[in-house]
Amino acid sequence: MGVTGVMRPGHAQIRVLNLEEDAKFYREVMGLVETGRDAQGRVYFKAWDERDHNSLILRQADKAGIDFFGFKVDSAATLSKLEADLNTYGVKTERMPAGELLATGERVRFEVPTGHVIELYADKKDVGNGLPYSNPAPWCPQAEKGIAPTRMDHALLGGGDLDGARDIFINVLGFYLTEEVVAEDGKTQIAVWLSCSNKTHDIAFVRAPENGKLHHVSYWIETWERVLRAADIMSMNNVPVDIGPTRHGITRGATIYAFDRSGNRFETFSGGYISYPDMHKLTWPVEHLPEGLDYAQRKLHETFLTVFS
Amino acid sequence: MTDVQLAAAQNVVVMIAETGETYRCRTDESLLTGMYRLGKRGIPVGCRGGGCSVCKVQITAGTYAQMRPMSREYVSDDDLAQGRVLACCVRPLEEVTVAVIGKLNKCVTKTGT
Repeated sequence: MGVTGVMRPGHAQIRVLNLEEDAKFYREVMGLVETGRDAQGRVYFKAWDERDHNSLILRQADKAGIDFFGFKVDSAATLSKLEADLNTYGVKTERMPAGELLATGERVRFEVPTGHVIELYADKKDVGNGLPYSNPAPWCPQAEKGIAPTRMDHALLGGGDLDGARDIFINVLGFYLTEEVVAEDGKTQIAVWLSCSNKTHDIAFVRAPENGKLHHVSYWIETWERVLRAADIMSMNNVPVDIGPTRHGITRGATIYAFDRSGNRFETFSGGYISYPDMHKLTWPVEHLPEGLDYAQRKLHETFLTVFS
Repeated sequence: MTDVQLAAAQNVVVMIAETGETYRCRTDESLLTGMYRLGKRGIPVGCRGGGCSVCKVQITAGTYAQMRPMSREYVSDDDLAQGRVLACCVRPLEEVTVAVIGKLNKCVTKTGT
């Protein structure tokens, strides 16, 4: 089996300034499925084609940003092994009890040197995608409601010690580096893209002036045509767009960056290429960041390295 | 927005202190939206949702009203008392002058540090 250990991003908990306004945004404009609310008042969503109970959790707060980002691992044994590996590496961990997040088993939580809380878990309830497991149709009505991404795909996080965070993901969690943006000294990484699968990235980090920052949470859509449809839906709903629609040189994804109602950036994207751990990394010298970011327009978008929540 | 509000909205002049540039902003739209919609520059444009702080300004003259919640990570009680607010979250009630505080701060400089 190819994908073992850490399998994929599983959830992001995002802080919003007006819970019902953003719940409405993610439900009706983004087209995610609301799957529950808990005693703390948090609102749970999943993308229509995801089978596990939740991938986005919204929490009312007085500041925007991300609380934590979680990955699903292949078994409880792997969870325990990675927990021990992290501890051996010098990373303190904490077990969050099963059920603290709805429909989710025990989570191993730790902080990486960029100031972000990362979680691992093995169990989350399979609630299905609205289609039967025998003779399923290719899509259901939810696939046409709003932007309707098929999955929460990855996150880009910002903080100071990018190197320290990168090393934990590579040396302990089994990720590999697919692409990097490198400063004019030819060495210092300004941003890194890391994969635990065949995707070009499951998580990415960018060097930022403040720790614990969210750059964006990304949602996958199947085609460029549907990226353009997403752009139409954003404009129909006065969604503040940051960049795009265009194509990234980095990862080759066709993309739009935009903001939710609390100023948390999100991405809707398609494309990219299939990546394998034996492939040589791709390097973008910082003077080529304009085309790395926006290949079509070769435009330096100043907000990419400066706007975080 | 109701028709009554639309009818009541006025255009007022906003001046950016640093450059002396002015633009006309509706009293029912944010200071940032008014600038951005007319293609004017001066206040950095970021998330437009109160979350990132790059559009932070000090209102040095004129009155304004808050339209949306602002991330308290960037706007303290003292800031609010002193008129230091996010331009994407406040609307002018009359002619106002703003001084730009927000910046597009990068971590990595030319030397890569």
